[in-house]
Amino acid sequence: MNHSQEKTKQIKQSKSRHPLLLRALLDTLPVMTGYVVLGFGFGLLMKANGYGPLWTIAMSLFVYAGSMQYAAVGLMASGASLLTAALTTLMVNARHLFYGISMIERYRDAGWRKGYLIFALTDETYSLVCRDIEGIEKGERRDYDLLVSLLDHIYWVSGSMLGALAGILIPFDSSGIEFALTALFLTVFVEQWLSKQDHKPALIGVLVTVVSLLIFGSEHFLIPAMIVILPLLCGYREGESV
Amino acid sequence: MNGGKEWLMIAVIALVTAALRFLPFAVFSGSRKTPAIVQKLGRLLPYAAMGMLVVYCLKDVSFASLAGFLPSLIASVLVVVLHLWKRNTLISIVCGTVCYMLLVQTVF
Repeated sequence: MNHSQEKTKQIKQSKSRHPLLLRALLDTLPVMTGYVVLGFGFGLLMKANGYGPLWTIAMSLFVYAGSMQYAAVGLMASGASLLTAALTTLMVNARHLFYGISMIERYRDAGWRKGYLIFALTDETYSLVCRDIEGIEKGERRDYDLLVSLLDHIYWVSGSMLGALAGILIPFDSSGIEFALTALFLTVFVEQWLSKQDHKPALIGVLVTVVSLLIFGSEHFLIPAMIVILPLLCGYREGESV
Repeated sequence: MNGGKEWLMIAVIALVTAALRFLPFAVFSGSRKTPAIVQKLGRLLPYAAMGMLVVYCLKDVSFASLAGFLPSLIASVLVVVLHLWKRNTLISIVCGTVCYMLLVQTVF
């Protein structure tokens, strides 16, 4: 490659940097809404239980798992044992195994980004990075995934910090805004539904989980659902093409 | 309140969470080829997992009263219909969320 070609390539790359960030910002907007609000709630809850900003920020940085952090406040306040804490975390976060399994191939060549990408694989980040996305070149995909992961993490930590420092007035009644995350998952679900001819894997996910919810109740339904979904998918005969 | 025990508990929770996230990658990584069955799971799981996640989000709806399920139901249907129609993620999410907030705050 001669010099001028190399130069054009460099310019092209630096130009493409910006739209990628913009794209990641736009795609993560719903997560921002949900994370700032839920993070804020977490900060408030920590504060109400006597834990200061340092505790809140440390948890949001290093645990970085929304529902488990809420559960953790109860565990800490009630003086639960470490074993109880470990087992509760296993139950609440077991679904992350699913996300990992489905990202093995995509994250295989993520290089230096890989450790962070895996650490930061929350429900919301997963819903964004597991998609097939048009308009992003294959080589840029890893950077896109990294940007999405980083931005989501920043939203979560910022939201919790605001809650921990509280006293900050919320200028409007924000109750119900957490629905943004449900809505995000719904749109991803619909996108996936439209992109595939074969709807059975999606139906398996929904139906098995609903039945499990009806049988085991809202506290303990996820693990039984996962235990049933796995063999069903393993034995599943895939259609011709995706 | 500022006991070391709580810091230890946070460390345990962080470690178990990270372990769950890293485990699949740790088991099937390196130069070894991922087994076919795991590759297949990798292809199919996103569809099942998103279905599971949607149900997970709606797990607390209760059919004991109208207020227990109507806001979620109406807003969810709105999101799905809007998305089928426009296929614009932002529009679907903003309209669905605003609709849910209005329902929760003013109607129910």
